Amino acid sequence: MSVLLIKQWNSLLENDWLVPVLLTLGFGLSFAIPEYNLFSVYVQLIMMYIGINIILAVSLNLVNGYMGEFSLAHAGFMAVGAYSSVLLTMKVLPVADYPLLFPCAVFIGGVVAALLGMIIAVPSFKVRGDYLAIITLAFLMIVKSMIENIDFMGGPRGIPGIMKLTTMPWVFFWTATLVWIVRNFVFSKYGRAVMAIREDEIASDLMSVDTKKVKFFAFMLSSFCAGIAGALFAHLLQFISPRIFDITKSTDILIMVYLGGIASLGGSILGATIYTVLLEILRPSTMAALLSWLPSFMFDPLQAHLITHLGTWRMVIMPLALIMVMLYWPRGVMGLREFRGFIPRAHKQAHHHN
Amino acid sequence: MSEGIIYWLQQALNAFQLGSIYALIALGYTMVYGILTMINFAHGDVFMIGAFFCFLLSSLLGLSFIPTLLLTMLGTALLGVMIERLAYKPLRQAPKVSAIITALGVGMFLENFTLALAPYPKQVPLLLENVTWDVYGISISSIQIVIISLSLLLMLLLDYIVQRTSIGMAMRAISWDKTIVPLMGIPVDLIISITFAIGAGLAGAAGTMYALAYPVIDPYMGVMVGWKAFICAVVGGIGNIRGAMIGAFILGTVEIMVVAFLPSTFRDFVAFTLLMLLIMIRPYGILGKPRIQKV
Repeated sequence: MSVLLIKQWNSLLENDWLVPVLLTLGFGLSFAIPEYNLFSVYVQLIMMYIGINIILAVSLNLVNGYMGEFSLAHAGFMAVGAYSSVLLTMKVLPVADYPLLFPCAVFIGGVVAALLGMIIAVPSFKVRGDYLAIITLAFLMIVKSMIENIDFMGGPRGIPGIMKLTTMPWVFFWTATLVWIVRNFVFSKYGRAVMAIREDEIASDLMSVDTKKVKFFAFMLSSFCAGIAGALFAHLLQFISPRIFDITKSTDILIMVYLGGIASLGGSILGATIYTVLLEILRPSTMAALLSWLPSFMFDPLQAHLITHLGTWRMVIMPLALIMVMLYWPRGVMGLREFRGFIPRAHKQAHHHN
Repeated sequence: MSEGIIYWLQQALNAFQLGSIYALIALGYTMVYGILTMINFAHGDVFMIGAFFCFLLSSLLGLSFIPTLLLTMLGTALLGVMIERLAYKPLRQAPKVSAIITALGVGMFLENFTLALAPYPKQVPLLLENVTWDVYGISISSIQIVIISLSLLLMLLLDYIVQRTSIGMAMRAISWDKTIVPLMGIPVDLIISITFAIGAGLAGAAGTMYALAYPVIDPYMGVMVGWKAFICAVVGGIGNIRGAMIGAFILGTVEIMVVAFLPSTFRDFVAFTLLMLLIMIRPYGILGKPRIQKV
């Protein structure tokens, strides 16, 4: 039954017109939803977080999944993008008068993050695996510690009162654009080289892959996306502090990537969506609202014994889920596979296993 | 003695105290890496659990210092073996990344589990009477002496176990070659469990001593201290036990010096910059040997 459904779904995705239609529809909806309040404000907020998390998961998947390196620095790149864009919108650019300057600030945030991404790319020429994980972690700690020590950037207290500039159309625009860019990168000559590095770096070097250049590009693109996500995140949350961008944030993104499956854009999108929704469902208020249809003799004991404690136990359940995924489901939802819709026509023959 | 020398000796003593705690934790990282070539990212949180065991034993059961220390070490050793058996052993053949992520997950689980049970920082009761002596202007506290001498004792004990006993020989053999050693009749799983037990036990001892010196404990205290200890292990050459001790005293000295000269908020910055530079220049550490990559 499900196989048949997947086959029908895939044949639907073969059509050339489907992706543009979906994109237009989504873009239209992203305007319509906040305009006509099709969903509650809370659900709208979650949808925007899902978009931002999709950007993060896709970009981390580029480094961790496609290239097979291990980076913990993504929260650091997010922080760089967030802080540089916030400083621009708060102190430099007159965004209140010219709203179109906001995407410029977001873009510059991404560029600054990409420049720092080069710093991480350099040590990755020499070291891999555990040691690269440590370097990226050290990078994250250094970024955090720097921000804490610069008074101009709010220090450890952070920056409150950021304008709420991130709207649903912008989130949709950036998510679609960045996923499109990463998808084109992955299926380009560079993408092939990136995957060759994952399989065997020395062999791919011998096969005339310019590994340094490829790593540069991959790390820069990945950190660019993370910077943009950080900028959007900051203007949605309206408050940033170094504490937000710590190792927990990086781990969150890691969970999304590995839950969805490595080396798969569709997987990252699924992983980010599932993880964000799951975290929200595990909130006591959401859970109570979701279960309120139950008759009160069932709901009341649940509410008293289970739901009210979810707030504290939610963050215990998530790492356990991560461990379980790693132990019993190491490839995630769609590890090394891809939605047909993401695969360019010329490559479709090569992807038999989907 | 002149003011300057006294000041430096005082700082050196503080550095030695900090270094001993780091060393005990760093040993756990380095032993596990030596045997499994895996970074046990949850080790810092085992240290935190050690401090909480110490809190429970001393405040609820009212035990004195020595039984608290021994029971804490036993408790964390069991925890270490449990983590290894449940989370790491099934992944021994899996890609290394899976093990790294699982270790991060275990660490987060331990932190948040403790946080769910103990939402507020806890005050560990005073286990030892703190007497401060004044020796030529240098103030030495009894807790400092206990921490330094106990850590040195544990380190000597570990060095003896690794270098002189058959278990230690088996450990060194496994880190030398993992495929041949089981054929020689060495129970690899048992030795790995013992390694985890020893490493976690030392972390438990470090947790107890940390709680002695800094009695306010919280579930996230293991994160930063754990990473710092990890830096020590890398500085000395990860997988090398004596290197871990040297690295710990180097980092302890660097941190105390940074605090002496710069605002204390720069401490983490300097520590991690040191780590990053070192890995880029000499990734195998001070006492480590470079691994030759074979094609």
